[in-house]
Amino acid sequence: MMSMIRVVMPAHLRTLAGVKGDVKIEVEGEVTRASILDALETQYPMLRGTIREHVSGERRPFLRFFACGEDVTHNSPDAPLPQEIASGAEEFYIIGAIAGG
Amino acid sequence: MSNVRVLVGTRKGAFILTSDGKREKWDVSGPHFAGWEIYHVKGSPADPNRLYASQTSGWFGQIIQRSDDGGKTWFQPGTPAGEPTTTPDGMPKGESNKFVYDSSSETGKPLTTHQWYDGTSKPWEFKRVWHIEPSLDDPDTVYAGVEDAALFRSTNGGQTWAELPGLRGHGTGSQWQPGAGGMCLHTIILDPKNRERIFVAISAAGAFRTDDSGTTWKPINRGLHSQYIPDPAAEVGHCVHHIAKHPSNPNVLFMQKHWDVLRSDDAGDSWHEVSGNLPTDFGFVIDVHAHDPETIYVVPIKSDGEHYPPDGKLRVYRSRTGGNEWEPLTNGLPQSNCYVNVLRDAMAVDTLDSCGVYFGTTGGQVYASPDGGDSWAPIVRDLPPVLSVEVQALS
Repeated sequence: MMSMIRVVMPAHLRTLAGVKGDVKIEVEGEVTRASILDALETQYPMLRGTIREHVSGERRPFLRFFACGEDVTHNSPDAPLPQEIASGAEEFYIIGAIAGG
Repeated sequence: MSNVRVLVGTRKGAFILTSDGKREKWDVSGPHFAGWEIYHVKGSPADPNRLYASQTSGWFGQIIQRSDDGGKTWFQPGTPAGEPTTTPDGMPKGESNKFVYDSSSETGKPLTTHQWYDGTSKPWEFKRVWHIEPSLDDPDTVYAGVEDAALFRSTNGGQTWAELPGLRGHGTGSQWQPGAGGMCLHTIILDPKNRERIFVAISAAGAFRTDDSGTTWKPINRGLHSQYIPDPAAEVGHCVHHIAKHPSNPNVLFMQKHWDVLRSDDAGDSWHEVSGNLPTDFGFVIDVHAHDPETIYVVPIKSDGEHYPPDGKLRVYRSRTGGNEWEPLTNGLPQSNCYVNVLRDAMAVDTLDSCGVYFGTTGGQVYASPDGGDSWAPIVRDLPPVLSVEVQALS
């Protein structure tokens, strides 16, 4: 089953990807943080390595993830996300951990 | 008449400054990659419109950018958007931002730790590209000096990068340690007369040379003396800040070390100090006049604890004798209340008949001298802190 996910990224990543505002990506199967990021990096290969480390696949230290107002940064990347994310009713947020600088 | 193009990397983007051969009036383009740290931008000697830029961020990591039109437009040279990142048989395609240390048992043999500031061992961890050095002959071949210190090479225009592991693995890597700015490989010199010879410098490990295109390496630090390490004359561990070389003089190198300005007349096999009458021999930049291999430039900085010019006077010092005898160059430079720094990759010379000299400061000024240092004027005054300056002479 395909889900249409809305993803909100920091401004610098939007610039790199050449997009404005949120992006819509199709995710096949269960909607998790990992499946969203896999689909995002497939659609926007220039983002590979900017959210997750190239080799380890680990989250870069200064990035956090939010879903439906909840901080899911430290949840398992394979944990299912809320139905509101899977349905596209709510956006999945990728956020820089520190503003400014 | 030739034109010049100055490539400036700053803490918050890249800027391209262009002028005609008079170098009096300048056009300023930028910021490119606004908001990102641009450690270095450099053009290919083989195709001046081919530029490479190192774009980095503590949040988002390392990006390599490339321009094929002299900086008008840029792109990441990896897989284009919308295309799969793997081949049908599952092999990864070009990923221009991927720098992975060689850990194969055949070639990477692995040296997995270096020293941390406190002497404990720490694993190598890629952080960013400090310096990009395009090949002298081939626009698609380019070297990258990275932190944690290693040398990478791309032979496909930056699409993919592979480590030259002989450098880290030659035997002293476990003794390298970071300088204040990190453990970075910041200097790469390709020898135009001996294409298999490459010099690199690492802070704080020292200088190294290969004579077989990067397969094997040896430290070249004999004659360096550093009071701040347990053995001041150790084979490695010296905080070399920058090395410069004139293309016509294959065996002569000039070095600005943490403290001391040094010279080698035998391709780095031995060094001797040429600080002479400098007001302080601490500093970061060093460069050589384009047409006179014995004319060199430094910007003395007060000390390792006070990174600004002595007495608040920004002075470039020039030696016309290959060191030891230095004269201050002050015409057009601020001579009071100036407390900026000039970082290691932030000086360059052009190859016009009257050699131009350029440097950028942590205060955001880029100064140019169209007459070999006799007079100076700012091209721009209020950029973000300048990390690097390169210049191209364009016919």
